[in-house]
Amino acid sequence: MKDLKSCVLELLEQNSRLPIEEMACLLNASMEDVAAIIDELENSRTILKYATIIDWEKTATEKTNALIELTVAPEREFGFDKIAERIYGFSEVKSLYLMSGSYDLAVFVEAENFKDISLFVAEKLAPLNAVKGTKTHFIMRKYKEQGVPYKSEDTVKRLVVTP
Amino acid sequence: MSTVFEKALCKRIKETPPSKIRKFFDLVVSTPGVISLGVGEPDFTTPWHIREASFYSLEKGYTTYTSNKGLIELRRAISKYLTKFDLEYNPEDEVLVTIGVSEGVDLAMRALVEEGDEILVPDPSYVSYSPLIGLAGGKAVPLKTSGKDNFKLTPENLEAAITPKTKALILTFPNNPTGAILTKPELEKIAEIVIRHDLIVISDEIYAELTYDDVHTSIASLPGMWERTILLNGFSKAYAMTGWRIGYACGPETIISMMNRIHQYSILCAPVTGQLAAIEAIENGYKEMREMVISYNYRRNSMVSGFNRIGLDCGLPQGAFYAFPSIKSTGLSSDEFAEKLLVAEKVAVVPGTAFGEMGEGYIRCCYASALSDINESIKRMERFMQNLDKDTQKVSNQ
Ligand SMILES: Cc1ncc(COP(=O)(O)O)c(C=O)c1O
Repeated sequence: MKDLKSCVLELLEQNSRLPIEEMACLLNASMEDVAAIIDELENSRTILKYATIIDWEKTATEKTNALIELTVAPEREFGFDKIAERIYGFSEVKSLYLMSGSYDLAVFVEAENFKDISLFVAEKLAPLNAVKGTKTHFIMRKYKEQGVPYKSEDTVKRLVVTP
Repeated sequence: MSTVFEKALCKRIKETPPSKIRKFFDLVVSTPGVISLGVGEPDFTTPWHIREASFYSLEKGYTTYTSNKGLIELRRAISKYLTKFDLEYNPEDEVLVTIGVSEGVDLAMRALVEEGDEILVPDPSYVSYSPLIGLAGGKAVPLKTSGKDNFKLTPENLEAAITPKTKALILTFPNNPTGAILTKPELEKIAEIVIRHDLIVISDEIYAELTYDDVHTSIASLPGMWERTILLNGFSKAYAMTGWRIGYACGPETIISMMNRIHQYSILCAPVTGQLAAIEAIENGYKEMREMVISYNYRRNSMVSGFNRIGLDCGLPQGAFYAFPSIKSTGLSSDEFAEKLLVAEKVAVVPGTAFGEMGEGYIRCCYASALSDINESIKRMERFMQNLDKDTQKVSNQ
């Protein structure tokens, strides 16, 4: 089957709170080996962070998200990297990707409300020299996040005993 | 009660015992809050792309009968798929789409068995072979496999069971309930005996994709075996499609055409929606199927190490999705163990004896179950064992 490292990553991607003891059991490996692999993956920043996927709608916390399409002028020598670094430095920016196609950077931003996002675009992103144009799309509803649907699937009951 | 029917019922059906699983099922259903390791199917829903393909087929109006043998597109896809096991079957007349492997077993028996013929069946194994042999008028002869050989069928036991009346051998590896597999060299020894005695093989390879450390070898791919093997396989286990009821039988035209003769009258054809979903599964389902196998593998490791930790001796099953731990150390029979465990700790396992006499001393536990259920049931079984120990100490102190 697959090598231990990929298996550890896949298991952690599914559940970052899986105890090492249990992971060792699932993989038929020793706890020491699994722990060493995780250390190495953390040190090399293969594992960036252990985060949690939350349905904020179920809480009292207000959050608004938007996707902003940016067209930018790349810089000589640095291409898009310098401008990308300038942009992802803002705490409002949750994700940033360089895209092929009709625009260059996809900026996913999060703020408390509509107005904060508008201000962020108007005051922080649009005025940047390299930014040639912006298109802001507010996210109206989220259905699936990092492979997880927001709505729980109805579980179909299997018969309790079958041959 | 109807005395009219009591008189009218044929002897064969009256002599067919009810499934032991059924009795146990009733007991489990009447106990609320049970964690069941007694299931025999994947805990995944059929992958979305397969379900989606079937919505599309309904939208397009595919709601008719198909050819008796099944859609030619599906038979072609099956034929192409089987080349990965070094098998060649002509989709025109050497492949028959059935209602699961279950129907395939029935057809094979009805097409082959003459009154009094003996058919060898590994013991323990899946529950339907012996009754279907009996209904066809034959005699099922158990082929003992045992824990000390990891439940592999040995050439010695096979040779010892053969008589002049033996017509065929059912091979069913990876095995339900033991998880045993037969490797190529092991199959070669079986094939040599089968050919020497001029027997037929019915090979139920429904768990072919569910092996963990070795890849599956089909006995039909060995020299001299294609012409004497009926290969049975299906979509239930590998693609998590138990409810769609699609399987297939492959073999020389001589036998497949006769199996089709029964099938055309009793079934007409397998359901078209299932057949179209099966095409999607076999053509585009490899990636998701492998993900399921990897997930079973994790849970296999977890369950088996759990059993060994709490003192239930359990080898690592090589295929299917069942662990088959020995409960001999408790001094209980399989039936007693399963019943007491259910009552005391609300964990359902299937007594090994549901699959044949040689299952005595073992229980079948399905690891296609949620990890949290596996861990919880092992905890409960540990407590159950500790309480058993206390009870026996009390008895011996008296
Ligand atoms: C060994 C074996 N053969 C056949 C079957 C039945 O398969 P199908 O759903 O294709 O009828 C099962 C189901 O548990 C099985 O374990």
